[in-house]
Amino acid sequence: MKAAVIVFPGSNCDDDCRWALEHVCGVLTEMVWFRNRVPDDVDLIVLPGGFSYGDYLRAGALARFAPAMESVREAAEKGRLVLGICNGFQILVEAQLLPGVLLRNTCLQFLCKDVFLKTVRSDTPFTHGVPDVVRMPIAHGMGNYYIDADGLKALQDNGQIVFQYCDHAGRVTAEANPNGSLDNIAGIVNRAGNVLGMMPHPERAAEDALGCHDGRYLLESAIRHLTRA
Amino acid sequence: MKGKVIVRLKSEVSDPQGMTIQQTVSKLGFEGVRKVRAGKYFEIELDAPDRSAAEKTLHGLCDRILANPIIEDYTFEIE
Repeated sequence: MKAAVIVFPGSNCDDDCRWALEHVCGVLTEMVWFRNRVPDDVDLIVLPGGFSYGDYLRAGALARFAPAMESVREAAEKGRLVLGICNGFQILVEAQLLPGVLLRNTCLQFLCKDVFLKTVRSDTPFTHGVPDVVRMPIAHGMGNYYIDADGLKALQDNGQIVFQYCDHAGRVTAEANPNGSLDNIAGIVNRAGNVLGMMPHPERAAEDALGCHDGRYLLESAIRHLTRA
Repeated sequence: MKGKVIVRLKSEVSDPQGMTIQQTVSKLGFEGVRKVRAGKYFEIELDAPDRSAAEKTLHGLCDRILANPIIEDYTFEIE
């Protein structure tokens, strides 16, 4: 199998993603410049974190029009796996490959810290090997997930909420919600289940040298899903 | 022609920036400032044969990129 990481102007987690995929998980990984198309033989596309286009206008609002995004949309429609992390999640919602939007954190501060996540869905291609409660870092100023009431109901009814912010024991509480996200939402999938967007950074928690390896469960789940199929 | 576009958060969407500005303003001693909502303003110079063509361009711009319809509304004037 083959993975690709899209490099937008202003991406800054692209090399971390490549490291986690290639050196930690052993997957051939191609870096795709935003002006180019993702090659057709790529099975897993990662949209990395960072500040694409300086977060101008709205985070992800300009990156969604980058030429690479057309091929990301086509790959998503073909059922290939697409993982958007942090700014990658913001790009996916602006591109309407995922519903909702990410607003400024209610505390107005840029948050950079470890959080606990409850794995709400462990039957997606990305999460079948992820424990019930995992720890990963967040690093964002705009991670406050918002969707209207009908949209939230649809997410709940369709089981699209994959990760919720929780405490160390897996309790989804208001105190454990770092940024004001509706329903403590930290990550969602599309209805088909092949596009995941999440604010926490699995690639920054992919090996013990980084202090935590919980993110590796997610990356390896996706890889196992692809190599098993 | 010049388009003057204002993009506002919808009323049901909370605006932590506006709230923080309001709190600061109150601390500074400005009385009676009950609420602040922050938005975005764009001035767009454009070539268009007539007003309705300019309106069409601005609607397209706002719908496609300047505003996110999930959280924002927009209005514009043309000079």
